[in-house]
Amino acid sequence: MKGQRMYLSEMEEGQTGVITRVGGDGSFRRRLLEMGFIKGSEIYVEKYAPLKDPIELVIKGYHVSLRVEEAAQITVENVREGKA
Amino acid sequence: MKFPKTLTIALAGNPNSGKTTIFNNLTGTRQKVGNWPGVTVEKKEGHLHKHGYDFKIIDLPGTYSLTAFSLEEIVARDFILDEKPDVVIDIIDSTNLERSLYLATQLRELDTRVVFALNMSDMAHDRGIRIDDSKLSELLDVPVVYTVGNRDEGIDDLLKKVIEVAESPKGLPKERRVKYSKDIEEAIAPLSDFIADRVQDSFSYDVRWIAIKLLEDDAVVKKRVLEGTDNHHGKIVLEEAHKHRERLTRQYNEDPGIVMTEERYGFITGIIREVLKTSRKSRVDVSRNIDLILTNRFLGFPIFIFFIWLMFQMTFTLGAYPMGWIESGIDLISGVAGGLLPDGLFKSLIIDGIIAGVGSVAIFLPNILILFFCIALFEDTGYMARAAFLMDKIMHLIGLHGKSFIPMLMGFGCNVPAIMATRTLESRKDRILTVLINPFMSCSARLPIYILLAGTFFAGRAGNVIFSLYLIGIVFAILAGRLIRSTLLKGDTAPFVMELPPYRMPMFSSLMIHMWDRGKIFIKKMGGIILIGSVIVWALSAFPQNIQFSRDYDAQIRGIEALYQAKMSEVTVPAGEALESARDDAIAELERARSAEKAEKSYIGRMGKVMAPVFAPIGIDWRGSVALLTGFVAKEIVVSTMGVLYATGSEEEGEVLGNVLKTSGMTPLAAYAMMLFVLLYIPCLATIAAIKRETDSWRWALFSVAFNTSLAWIVAFVVYQGGRLFI
Ligand SMILES: Nc1nc2c(ncn2[C@@H]2O[C@H](COP(=O)(O)OP(=O)(O)O)[C@@H](O)[C@H]2O)c(=O)[nH]1
Ligand SMILES: [Mg+2]
Repeated sequence: MKGQRMYLSEMEEGQTGVITRVGGDGSFRRRLLEMGFIKGSEIYVEKYAPLKDPIELVIKGYHVSLRVEEAAQITVENVREGKA
Repeated sequence: MKFPKTLTIALAGNPNSGKTTIFNNLTGTRQKVGNWPGVTVEKKEGHLHKHGYDFKIIDLPGTYSLTAFSLEEIVARDFILDEKPDVVIDIIDSTNLERSLYLATQLRELDTRVVFALNMSDMAHDRGIRIDDSKLSELLDVPVVYTVGNRDEGIDDLLKKVIEVAESPKGLPKERRVKYSKDIEEAIAPLSDFIADRVQDSFSYDVRWIAIKLLEDDAVVKKRVLEGTDNHHGKIVLEEAHKHRERLTRQYNEDPGIVMTEERYGFITGIIREVLKTSRKSRVDVSRNIDLILTNRFLGFPIFIFFIWLMFQMTFTLGAYPMGWIESGIDLISGVAGGLLPDGLFKSLIIDGIIAGVGSVAIFLPNILILFFCIALFEDTGYMARAAFLMDKIMHLIGLHGKSFIPMLMGFGCNVPAIMATRTLESRKDRILTVLINPFMSCSARLPIYILLAGTFFAGRAGNVIFSLYLIGIVFAILAGRLIRSTLLKGDTAPFVMELPPYRMPMFSSLMIHMWDRGKIFIKKMGGIILIGSVIVWALSAFPQNIQFSRDYDAQIRGIEALYQAKMSEVTVPAGEALESARDDAIAELERARSAEKAEKSYIGRMGKVMAPVFAPIGIDWRGSVALLTGFVAKEIVVSTMGVLYATGSEEEGEVLGNVLKTSGMTPLAAYAMMLFVLLYIPCLATIAAIKRETDSWRWALFSVAFNTSLAWIVAFVVYQGGRLFI
């Protein structure tokens, strides 16, 4: 199985997935892409903030945060437990 | 002697790559901080003499890319394109090579000489990351130097490389650039030729680069093409680019800009494969462990609140000492000036106008320095990003970014440094909004007014009343924030794509430089606008000189002196002492009456009387109006002006003033309306100057004046008139 496909915002703490698509409007998409949210990149959910929003992620070896509503624009697959 | 040659060097790099650290290493204190023309992005410029050269060094804003989506990116790109620095140093965070190379490839696409500084090489080494520098240098045809910014290592090598590159006769390397896929290259090539034929001469930019940017639909470049050429040719070029874009969009079923971004990353992945070796040392990740606590679900907020509490504690308890020294210093200067200068107008200008006015603001300098030291500490350690991470959910409700929280909180201390602290916000709209709602955070200068009025009219409940004012301030900040966000500053909230950099040990020198930068701005402001404002208010209250007093105070004072003289000659010593103090009281009483009358008949008093009809509906008499007018210079002046006008003498006698206020006919309702007005009305002069500075526009400063003052009046009116219906 190629693993489940879901939105990044649905992933839980401690899970890793692979980005398949970044949605959203033009400038937001470009910005994310430029920061390394490229199709095929592995992304790890480090933690949710105490108020459940934003999310701390690890991508290409660095930590970055995104709001939940923004993470809902990113589709991931192959979601599994643990760090890449 | 040879004239030193000047080389202009620009530092580019991602945020947190160590740019400022290297800039400070290079320039030391020979730097000045200003704004880029027309925008509120900070510009740092410094000088260095070395190896027979005069280096002019510019710290470009930290960016992840040069796409021109943010002001920072536009500023950085325009500088490289238009000012044509001799060399651009790209500061690369070696622990983040892949992401850093994105900006690096974009720099390579621009027609400019680049040197790479592989900074943070110590951390990369610790993490088992090895970068093959000669391979990287070969692949991109760029000289590469290892550096450790915070230990000043490799900086001299970097300079030598810069000189070498600047002096090399070899033209710009054209080959080792990103190669896009066939379809895109097949659009770039004809479009470049097309541009070269039509508009080449109008631009000094590389045509390939223009072609790429047009394919990406870059708004800034499109505008340049239209403006920089006669309109006809510009339009033709844009139409041609549009055709290519359409074709590519159909072909890829995707925006060509996105495709090209992905392809650049593809190119980077190729480079990474060849130059990067990571030995999987399983080391403890210190940063992650710290965050287990600092952004912990349960501990995160309590610790954050504790840090904020500590910051204010330090600001006010530690700050109290130097504040005291400055106060005595001002008293001393005032005393010396009083002794040296002959009585008269000039003396009054110096002492009551300049020294008192500037002095009342100058005493906040220590607080401001300490606050900014703390802010720099938050920034440089990496904690600021965590604070934003914690607070973002709450701040987002007002349409703001998590990072806006700290400036808002600082507003409770003083709005001026708070507004200066909005520099840490990347989005211009967020920054302006945070600046505009900041004055609603009740600063400490307003507290004396509340204490006086609430203490007088609400005795036992004074604490609750004052607390209610702070809350109302916050509520209005939220409401105003939402209102402005949905009208004047409409548009997308900046996405919260924020890097959480690893925690780092800050450098003391960098903290000091940061603190001093802000301190300097504050001091300049005192020497400028505050000085002028103080002189104006002084002049308005000192003139006209020849007032027709209703009574002849001098004669009456002489009369009292004579009267008591006569009485005292008849009594024994102890009774004489009692008489003496009675005489002094009587004289003081007359002098107070005289200064009250003088204030009433001065220009500012007359202005107060003219304004009185405006203030009457909110329960404030002409004396209150004058006090509020003078509060424009600094809010703490309100109480002392009231002291003068109600003829109670100095402001220390708060209780006396309170009693006078009660007998003057002010009601608790009127007092509350006045406090609301003070909370919301026109920000003080220093704050307005800060708003002007940080928004880089008088329009926003004036908007703030008009908006806050009308809001204050309406709120006070509703409360006062509404309250009268019930009471
Ligand atoms: N370990 C390490 N830390 C560094 C190095 N260069 C800078 N720093 C630290 O990294 C943090 C961010 O640096 P700064 O110059 O403010 O980054 P900027 O955002 O690019 O201006 C500071 O705490 C610096 O002391 C380096 O080479 N090694
Ligand atoms: Mg910096």
